[in-house]
Amino acid sequence: MTAPLLAVTNLTKRFGGLSANEDVSFAVEEREIVGLIGPNGAGKTTLFNCIAGFHAPTSGSIALGGEPLARLTPEAAARRGIARTFQIVRSFPSLTALDNVTVGAMLHRKRVDAARERAREALAFVGLASRANTPAAAMTVAEQKRLEVARALATEPKLLLLDEVMAGLNPAEIGEAVELVLRIRDRGVACIIVEHVMEAIMPIAHHIVVLDAGRKIADGPPEAIARDPAVIAAYLGS
Amino acid sequence: MPAAKRVALLAVLALAVALPWLVANPSQLNFAILVLMIAQAGVAWNILGGYAGQVSLGHAAFYGIGAYTSTKLLLAWGLSPWLGMLAGGLVAVAFALAIGWPCFRLKGHYFAMATIAIAEILQIVVTNTDAMGGAVGLQLPFANEGWAGFVFNRSKLPYYYIILALLLVTLSASRLIERSFLGYYFRAIKDEPDAARSVGIDLTRYKLAAIAASSFLTALGGSFYAQKELYIDPGSTLATSLSIKIALVAILGGVGTLSGPVVGAVILTAIEETTRTVFGGTGRGTDLIVYGLLIIVVAVFYPAGVVGGLRDLGRRWRGPGAAREPLPAEGER
Amino acid sequence: MSPSLEILIQTLASGVLIGLIYALVAVGLTMIFGVMDIVNFSHGEFLMLGMYSSFWGFALWRLDPMFTLPFTALLLFALGAAIYHVVIRRIIRAPMLSQIFTTFGLMILFRGLAQFLWKPDFRSIDHSIVEGKVALGWLQFGTPQLVAGAGAIVVTGAVWWFLQRTRVGAALEATAADREAAALMGIDVQRMFALAWGIGAACAGVAGALLSTFFPIFPEVGANFILVAFVTVALGGFGSVAGAFWAGIIVGIVEVLGGFLLGPQYKLALVLALYLLVVLLRPRGLLGRA
Repeated sequence: MTAPLLAVTNLTKRFGGLSANEDVSFAVEEREIVGLIGPNGAGKTTLFNCIAGFHAPTSGSIALGGEPLARLTPEAAARRGIARTFQIVRSFPSLTALDNVTVGAMLHRKRVDAARERAREALAFVGLASRANTPAAAMTVAEQKRLEVARALATEPKLLLLDEVMAGLNPAEIGEAVELVLRIRDRGVACIIVEHVMEAIMPIAHHIVVLDAGRKIADGPPEAIARDPAVIAAYLGS
Repeated sequence: MPAAKRVALLAVLALAVALPWLVANPSQLNFAILVLMIAQAGVAWNILGGYAGQVSLGHAAFYGIGAYTSTKLLLAWGLSPWLGMLAGGLVAVAFALAIGWPCFRLKGHYFAMATIAIAEILQIVVTNTDAMGGAVGLQLPFANEGWAGFVFNRSKLPYYYIILALLLVTLSASRLIERSFLGYYFRAIKDEPDAARSVGIDLTRYKLAAIAASSFLTALGGSFYAQKELYIDPGSTLATSLSIKIALVAILGGVGTLSGPVVGAVILTAIEETTRTVFGGTGRGTDLIVYGLLIIVVAVFYPAGVVGGLRDLGRRWRGPGAAREPLPAEGER
Repeated sequence: MSPSLEILIQTLASGVLIGLIYALVAVGLTMIFGVMDIVNFSHGEFLMLGMYSSFWGFALWRLDPMFTLPFTALLLFALGAAIYHVVIRRIIRAPMLSQIFTTFGLMILFRGLAQFLWKPDFRSIDHSIVEGKVALGWLQFGTPQLVAGAGAIVVTGAVWWFLQRTRVGAALEATAADREAAALMGIDVQRMFALAWGIGAACAGVAGALLSTFFPIFPEVGANFILVAFVTVALGGFGSVAGAFWAGIIVGIVEVLGGFLLGPQYKLALVLALYLLVVLLRPRGLLGRA
């Protein structure tokens, strides 16, 4: 049996005395969509930051394709094929949409014209081709979220971490976003999605990891999670 | 590039080449040379400060390293100043990498202060090192006149063309960088360092690239200064006031634009000369008053500088939908 | 006691005294930074103006600097608040480069104005009530320096007390910690900013008044103190008044020891090297926020 694309094993992240993630383990296979849910403060973004190299775990390990990743930095994570979006959108405001994505494409293509081409593809893929020459700062938040996805895709990742891409979207936009995630999966990129919008990830996730107060309390297919009493309790705060 | 812009650029270039024949007297030619000198330093600064957003207020360190390296090599071993210029550039790069490595993890104000501190320390050390001429400085020989010796006594004309060529080289380097992946990476680092890291950009590596290019070109300017003035001392080549002036021409003209520092150099030097002639001498403080007010007005009302402001005007003229550069939120340094 | 040990202790003592002045200047600077994240490059000019305020009070009306000190403090407070309203208010959200150059422009403007109005000549106050020398045991001090040190302690203490024990001070600290939250609590953030500038300028002005009894007065005198003030603020921790106090003393000692060991020409270089050491090894300084 081949190693999973991503294997998080006993991951613990503490900030001083505060434990943000405690002994979390789960795996993501290639082309899977994995949901990561939990009440506020459960440690979802911290977990993302560990996988993406922004935080060094206090203990535990992260392995990509069987190879453990020690002392991962964000730039090294990107080079290894882990891309991410940010909860609070961080596009490059002084650059156009196309240039934003071109920066992402330049990870693997240093020549400007080759990178631009890849960037155009990615922009078209997320449906922003018409806004290519708009300065990122002039785009709506929903557009900038899609822009971040395009930028992340341009780095040709194997794994994409989506941090609340659907927050603040209206139902029509959510539908589009779900469809986009499916197309990403079909392109061969696995996704871990942090979401609060349940109706978006339940239908598409292969399995869902539930965090509460830093610990994993459930990990299984969406139908099982929906019925899991521990999950329900965590959300209702009993 | 649109045809109109290309024609305009060629016209400016033609004017620049023809300028010595259009000016009335040698002091005006000297004025033009001074403008080109500070413009060249500003364009070099802009690579690090404008494009990559790493504000250095200690660039005189590189200028002085260029000046002192080529001069010492000339005085001690008779090395041709042309080679000395290149040597100065390399020494500046080595110094830049050495200070950049630890300092680039500093953010914003801390980094700017560190650059001031380093340049001041260098000035103090040179001032107190006899081998470098100490506070008195170094005198370059009047001999060796001609192109080989890089000394021209009878007419300043060759100096004008050399500095013009040096400015064009610096502009070309800047443009090449701007249009390559380096340019994109620098902008990304300036705008959002964390997002840049998330797409694989090693911040320190590219900041070092920026400071290497910037320091090399600045040092060339310093060597030119030495050969033109035939006398260098810490006060003229290593002073914080020079660092401020170099950054100022870029800010005045437009940080992060190619032509900004050149425009800024023209404006600043024109204002300096005007205040000097109108108010007479620097002893009365009036030039400082004008200087200070100018800096404040530009920093507060025109942070994009002249070129940036003109571009905004052009964008507004052309139609809605184009945004101006947003300002960072509080808490960001 | 051996003569060189005596000289060393004497040197250290004078370092502490000048360090107290640095502390006072740094307290003002760190207050401005702590509350609104702006580094005031023109801070040295507030000190310079404080010196001139004392000087003119003395030259024109024979008023002793110690007597005019409260007036100097009020004058500089008003100036600081005014500078905030006229200039700084407009660059609160500006890019860092704009902020740096705005305060730089103010620095140059003030120096130019001082030079224009009062000429570049060096002035001094020759007869003040604190002139003379004092001996504490076998240690010798100039009375002005001793009084200046004591004055610095008093004013720094007053600022600290104001921040810790008054409601307005608490509001100021809240604004420094999180200005959006402070605004939501009903704190007038603009007033807090102006207050910070006022107090900051007043601190520097008082330092100037204390210095005027023994230090030469000239338009560029601020340059002697601004870099040292920055180092002090960095060492103490940006935004920490207590940190600035202790850091000032340390910087004063480092400066005189450096002069003692390496020669006076290297004093500033050593202090600047201290800055680099601090920001590279312990960026938050002694007592700054993490």
